Amino acid sequence: MSFDLVEGGGPARTASGPVIEADDLRVWYAGPTGPVKAVDGVTFSLRPGEILGLVGESGCGKSTLGRGLLGLLPDGAARDGALRFRGDDMLTLRRKEQYQLRGSQLGMIFQEPLTRLNPLMRISDHFSETLKTHEKGLSKREIEERSLEALRVMGIPPTRFKAYPHEFSGGMRQRLMIALALVLRPAFVVADEPTTALDVLVEAQIIRILHDLRETYETSLLLITHNLGIVAEACDRVAVMYAGKIVEIGPAREVFANPQHSYTRELLRSTISLSTTGLNFIDGAPPDLSDPPSGCHFHPRCPDAMAVCATRDPVDRELPAGTRVACWASDLRHGTVTLSESERAPLQKEEIALADEA
Amino acid sequence: MASSSSGSLPRYIAVRLLLVIPLIWVLLSVVFLLLRVAPGDPVSAAGGDRLDADTLAQRREAAGLDRSLFAQYLSYLGDVAKFDFGSTFRTQTPVLEIVRDFGGATLTLTLGAFLIALLIGLPLGRLAGRFRDTPLDVGIRLYGVVSYAAPLFWVGILLVVLVNKLDPTWPTNGIADPFILATSDTYTKTHIFLLDTLIAGDTDAFTDVLKHHLLPCLTLGILLSGVIVRLVRINVIQALKGDYVEAARARGIPEGRVVRKHAFRNALVPVITVIGLQVALTMSGAVLTESTFGWPGIGTQLLKYIGERDYIAVQGIVTFFAVIVVLTSVVVDVVNAVVDPRVRY
Repeated sequence: MSFDLVEGGGPARTASGPVIEADDLRVWYAGPTGPVKAVDGVTFSLRPGEILGLVGESGCGKSTLGRGLLGLLPDGAARDGALRFRGDDMLTLRRKEQYQLRGSQLGMIFQEPLTRLNPLMRISDHFSETLKTHEKGLSKREIEERSLEALRVMGIPPTRFKAYPHEFSGGMRQRLMIALALVLRPAFVVADEPTTALDVLVEAQIIRILHDLRETYETSLLLITHNLGIVAEACDRVAVMYAGKIVEIGPAREVFANPQHSYTRELLRSTISLSTTGLNFIDGAPPDLSDPPSGCHFHPRCPDAMAVCATRDPVDRELPAGTRVACWASDLRHGTVTLSESERAPLQKEEIALADEA
Repeated sequence: MASSSSGSLPRYIAVRLLLVIPLIWVLLSVVFLLLRVAPGDPVSAAGGDRLDADTLAQRREAAGLDRSLFAQYLSYLGDVAKFDFGSTFRTQTPVLEIVRDFGGATLTLTLGAFLIALLIGLPLGRLAGRFRDTPLDVGIRLYGVVSYAAPLFWVGILLVVLVNKLDPTWPTNGIADPFILATSDTYTKTHIFLLDTLIAGDTDAFTDVLKHHLLPCLTLGILLSGVIVRLVRINVIQALKGDYVEAARARGIPEGRVVRKHAFRNALVPVITVIGLQVALTMSGAVLTESTFGWPGIGTQLLKYIGERDYIAVQGIVTFFAVIVVLTSVVVDVVNAVVDPRVRY
């Protein structure tokens, strides 16, 4: 990609190329009624030290995308398209090479810290196992030094090094998971809702830690979250995902200030703040990913839906502000497309017809 | 803080051992009551209808059976505390002597069977769990079902026929060659035949006894292995779905190690518990195996005394079985505590 989407967000590192590049990436897996298109043509890239927030409802394929980037796929799943790590295609790698990349270059932080550590293994064993796997020939002493350093950064006292996972609180366990993911200094880390299971104070602490990673390790981060506040606070850019596709991606400030896609706008309206007087929600639920709606996947729930939305796929367009969006309504507003009268007509929805009958 | 885990294992074991005392007490009480609830008493069972009422009453008095249930219970507990489990009615053999003379053979039989069951069950179950739904898995599952469902005596007879075909000289009955058995009085150090011949340094006798062990142990072991295969398989599958397994994969830990260190070890926790419960099954299985192979074990003795309605002997032998089960549960709990640091008091 020659086009630079970031305006001054992360530290300027013009010399180095993107750490990770997904181009029309698809992750499909076998479902009971045909392939489930959990990730269906996703394109984005991340530069060193950059933090990209990934938001969207549950069941939109966010977690599948996060895992797919690391090659952690469920049985019967397959990846297609292009996925490059520092320019090298990862989809053609052999199994063993994938395992080697995982942990050392690509890290993952999970949602539920309580169940992510092996309950039968000491923390020290988790660390030495991880270090030994990727850096052969480390001495016992080096392993301990590296581990304790990672723990120190996460604020965990060295006296707890030999303890078992169940002896830690949820917040501490998430910090342990982060330390474990970072002990090998991966260039890219996926954090899949890292604070969902934690209380608010711990959440702030974890977000601060993740935010500081780029200063400490120059780590690029894909931060999957439901919490738009976290994105506003911690992310350089934000990608909005709906039904397996990225519908809008751009600088976090720009996307929040001027959401282009109707889904982004509705999602932002659904957030709760002190000034909230009534709850906003989007009618309906994300579609069945094995049989998504035609055209724009969001059209059955979209308040701005036009006739064209149900028939033709919207096209990715880059806006001057640095946002890339796939939405007919946005195209119309920006005059990047001319639609006929009938195509512009508001979409008659089945739900409405049903409501009239009732 | 950090020492709370390592320091509490000895404490756990100590507490667990102390708990054996009330457990045994409850157990003795249950055995005592069960046999008193059953109709009839040893005197009428032994003397039959040939004795008149006065003689029966006399004998009851001599045996202390005319006292109140509570008094009998107390004297029973008192006797047990002195390791006196009473004597058989007919021959006046102390029950403890029966347990001593025949328990050893049952012990080596069950231990051998367990060893075989674990050697077959653990690796097969792990393979089946890891390569789920492959032909390998289907084959192993089939083995698990068949070996568990097949009647024990039938498997035993099949094995005897098979071994006879392969090596007609291989022993298929009893615990030792009759000539060795004739000198068995010299092997009385531990009253466990296998150990005694070993301690005596009599290699010929030892290998002979060992050879005699193979078929009964294999028969009982195959039965047990079926349960273990299925149990390990399902728990490995369950553990492989665990969050920590995915997390380990995300750290790039090789799949072999993920299965071995993460999935298999965690799968063992429930398996250990159920294996402990299997001890009771093995005990009843031992009774059947012993009668199939003419094994001079305590199971055959139990059958004999049940036939003779010798309540005292049955009570003593059942107590022996129950104590073994209690002790096994202690061993199981300790093993569990060693494997799983969360198991602490």
